[in-house]
Parts: sequence; C-alpha cells; structure tokens
Amino acid sequence: MRGLIRLTITNLKLYIREPVSVFFTLAFAPLLVVLFGAMYGNDPSPLFGGYGSMDISMPAYTALILGSVGILGIPIQVGSLREQGVLRRYRTTPMNPLTYITADVITNLIMTLLGMILLVLVGWLLYSVQFEGQVLKVIGALILGGLSMFSFGYLIAGLAPGARAAQVIGMVIFYPMMFLSGAGIPLEIMPETVRKISDFLPLTYVVKLLRGLWFGGSWGEHLLEVAVLVGVLVLCGALTARFFRWE
Amino acid sequence: MTSIIKVQDLRKTYDDVVAVDGISFEVAEGEIFGMVGPNGAGKTTTIECIEGLRNADSGQMSIFDLDPQHDRSRIAERIGIQLQQSALPARIRVSEALVLFASFYQRQADPQELLKRLGLTEKRSSAYAKLSGGQKQRLFIALALINSPEVVFLDELTTGLDPQARRAMWDLVRDIREQGRTVFLTTHYMEEAERLCDRVAILDHGRIVALDTPEALIRSLGVESRLVFTLPNGSDDLSLQDLPQVSRVETSGDRVVVYGSKEGLASAVLNALEDAGIDFQDLRTEQPNLEDVFLALTGREMRE
Ligand SMILES: Nc1ncnc2c1ncn2[C@@H]1O[C@H](COP(=O)(O)OP(=O)(O)OP(=O)(O)O)[C@@H](O)[C@H]1O
Ligand SMILES: [Mg+2]
Repeated sequence: MRGLIRLTITNLKLYIREPVSVFFTLAFAPLLVVLFGAMYGNDPSPLFGGYGSMDISMPAYTALILGSVGILGIPIQVGSLREQGVLRRYRTTPMNPLTYITADVITNLIMTLLGMILLVLVGWLLYSVQFEGQVLKVIGALILGGLSMFSFGYLIAGLAPGARAAQVIGMVIFYPMMFLSGAGIPLEIMPETVRKISDFLPLTYVVKLLRGLWFGGSWGEHLLEVAVLVGVLVLCGALTARFFRWE
Repeated sequence: MTSIIKVQDLRKTYDDVVAVDGISFEVAEGEIFGMVGPNGAGKTTTIECIEGLRNADSGQMSIFDLDPQHDRSRIAERIGIQLQQSALPARIRVSEALVLFASFYQRQADPQELLKRLGLTEKRSSAYAKLSGGQKQRLFIALALINSPEVVFLDELTTGLDPQARRAMWDLVRDIREQGRTVFLTTHYMEEAERLCDRVAILDHGRIVALDTPEALIRSLGVESRLVFTLPNGSDDLSLQDLPQVSRVETSGDRVVVYGSKEGLASAVLNALEDAGIDFQDLRTEQPNLEDVFLALTGREMRE
C-alpha cells in the first residue's frame, strides 16, 4: 500500500516533468476549443439537439484525452521504460506487478481528470458551455472509459517489440479513431459511412457514454456503451496479463 | 559455516548459446564471494538465476533455503540487487528514487545515510539522466542497500567508478561483511577480487574452472616471484643464474627480469649486484597475483 501511494506520487511528478505528455493531456484539448471555437462558435444548433458546437465538444474532447493518453501515451511510456531497463529494476523489488500497473492507471486517471477540468474551465470561460449532468456520474464514465482505453494501451505495449514500434502502432490506431469516433469531429456532420465505421471503434462508445451523462442522461440509457467498454477492458486486461513483458 | 546460497548443476541456454553449463557452488553466510571470468562467461546469467530474474533450464538453487522462482517476493524482501544493466526514469531525482524504492520494502535503511555513504548528498536533487556514469552506478549501489539486505548481489560493482570511489566501495563492502551480511559480487578487476573477496570463483565458458580463497588460487598456480630492474650502463656478466634462489633470468635491452622462489630472492639478487658493483635502477619485486591465475586458467585470447 505504501509502495502504491509512493509510486503514484512519483509517477505524477514524473508525468508533469514530461513536456510532451503534459501537452497532450492538459493543453491539446483546450487548444482545440480555442481553435474550433473561433471557427464554429457555440450557437445552439438543431444538428446537435439544440446544443452549441462547443457544448458537445466538452464530453467529446474528454474522450479524446482518454484515447490519446491510453493509446498514444501508455504504449510509449511503458515501451520506453521497458527498453531502458527501468521495469527490470522495479522487478527486482518485492513490489507486485499489479501494484505497478495500478499506480500507473491511477496516475493516468488523475492526469486525464485534470485535463478534463482544464478543458471545461476554458470552455466555460470562453463559451459558457452547458453542463446538465451529475459530476459523479461523469467521473464514473471517465473512469470506465479511461480503464478501457488504458487497457488497450497496455495491450499494445505488451505486444509491440519496442518503444518505437509501440509508438507507431499507437498512432496508426489513434489518429483514424480520433476522426472517426466523434471524439475529434462530431459524428453529426460526418457522412453515413463514417457513422457505420464508428460503430466498430471503442472510442465511439466512450464519446457516447460521456456525452449522454454530460447532458443529464442516466446509466440505464447507456447499457450498450457500458457493455462494450467493460468488454474491451476485460478482453484487453486478460490479454495484457498474458502478453505483458517486463524486459 | 552455514551456506546461504546453494547452487547445484545449474544450466541455462539461450537458443544455441550455452551460457551456464552445469555449475555447483555454495556461498557461506557472512562472506564476500566473488565471481570473475571473461566477457560472456556466464556470470550475469548465474547471478540472475539465483536472484529469480531468469529461469534456469535445470539444476537446483536455493537462497535462505527458499526457491528463487517460487518464493521470489519473499526473497526479494531480504536481498539487495545491483544489476549490470538497468535504468531509472530519466527525470526522477536521486532522493526521490531512494524514497520510492524504500517504500517497496518492509525493512528500510536510512536514505540520507546511504546518500552520504555513497557521496551523493550534493546530487540528491539531480535528475537521474543528468548524473555521470559513476554517479548512476553509485545510486544503484545505494538502491541495492535500501532495505538493509541480508545478501547483496553486486554485478560489476565498480565498473565506471574512479579510483577514489572504487576504494570507497571496497570499504563499504567490507562494512557490510562486518555486519554479518553476505556479499556476492562479480568484477573484471582482479586486484579488486583479490583484495576484497574471501573466496573467488573463476568462470569460463559457463563452467567454474577454479574456486578458492585468492591466496590459495595464487599458491596453486606455483608461479614464481619476479624481480625487475634496469641496468643503465649495461652489463653482460651478471651471473645471477648461479644463485640458488634464482631459476631463470630474462634480459631485453637494459631491462632484466629475474625469476625465483618467493623467499630470499630479492636480498640474494641485491647482494650479488652490490658485490659485483653493478649500477641498477628502478628495482621492484612482482608477486604473482590473481590476474596471473586468471590468465593462466582462461587464456589470453579475447572473447567474442
Ligand atoms: N538475454 C539473452 N539472450 C541471449 N543470449 C544471452 C542473453 N544474456 C546472455 N546471453 C549470452 O549468454 C552468455 C553469457 O552471458 P552473461 O551475460 O551471463 O555473461 P557475463 O559473464 O556476465 O559477461 P560480461 O562480463 O560481459 O558481463 C553470452 O554468450 C551472452 O551472449
Ligand atoms: Mg555480466
């Protein structure tokens, strides 16, 4: 327990000292708000069910952060720590591997939560974005979405031969998913085919769940999303347990 | 003396490379046990099998009478490990690393005391990536001691250290023994093995070719003492060969090497030179050392 807490604190410090991960987790989404806000504004639109473009971007960009941390960030992080021999050094201690992953997950959840808070702050200051849900429910959705995306990231890290490969695989999976899942661009303005593809992308279900709860929806209305995300988590978790390597 | 580590017929192959080829030995509680051998001899493989970090192909091993694979976490609590190759996160600071690693163990040494002992106090807030090679090495030694381990494994403990730091590490290792703890180290410095270790195993091609105290190893080689000096004015007529203590004389240019028994060689040769009124310079004796044993047993050929 002491090890878990200490490792989480240390990981958070290390995270904040890493400019690239800080950018993608904390600054990227607010920058998108500034950029797309300037282009589209936040006027209510029938296309988005009476919400403005920035209103619906809040949950979507939150999903974007979760996806980028899970699929871009974690594979590089884990891959390079393994390549350098850091994981090897941890393995010599009595620390349980599960403790290591738990600390890592908590660190990434805290950082995405911070990212979401910053995002909403910028959205609220610039466009007075609306929030109609319950904070705890949204945090619950963030955790579920996060766990499923992160487990996907650990699986990539486990399967990729090296840090460089992990990074490339992450990018190849993440960037198309970012555009096709509604996380980067609302699905409402996408052609029908893209919406069909989106049904097969896990990130789509993170966007839908967060957006539903964000605007006052209930868990009961999102059982499909919950089921898909739990499924991804269980599957990737099991495969990670099988394929994860410390060196 | 009780054995704290027991290894019986340990074998380990990687694909087609036989890294360790059926070795057996024991390490006694409270001793400094050294393992030397050419590059690729199998030292790291042996040590990491005992630590439970690699799976042996066959053979029995135990440490504290526990099985390295089966009881890894229980063993990990009681041992300290400095790996030949590892790293820390680039941006972690020295003191953070110590506090972090301390938190993984029930029993903890004082991090400040360790920093002081390893000369890292001034570097306590430096990032790992900004440390010099020797400072990183010292940090890893500190981490190996963070849980006051009963057995410390040091794989090439002084590689990359300057002479001062090397001597400080020798003192440190001796202190560990004074406290009744056990040290298992590998090194490429024969002087270090000779001065520091209670017993030394010489490994070659995955086998132990010799295992004994450094003194016994040197004695077993039967190598003669040497007396080396130069003759600035030259001299053809040395007739040192006739002295009973001298077995043979080699001259090359003005440099002379006299071989003979350990006892009385120096005084006999000195007297003879004085009597003959021969000018000599730079006289020194050379005792056979562990390096001679090492080269005699493992050859002079460089390994792949
Ligand atoms: N992970 C590995 N995969 C494949 N071969 C390996 C691996 N580790 C070691 N070997 C091989 O096993 C042999 C023994 O290596 P080992 O690292 O045990 O030697 P060593 O005595 O520690 O050498 P050095 O003095 O260079 O550290 C070498 O031939 C090496 O190439
Ligand atoms: Mg080695």
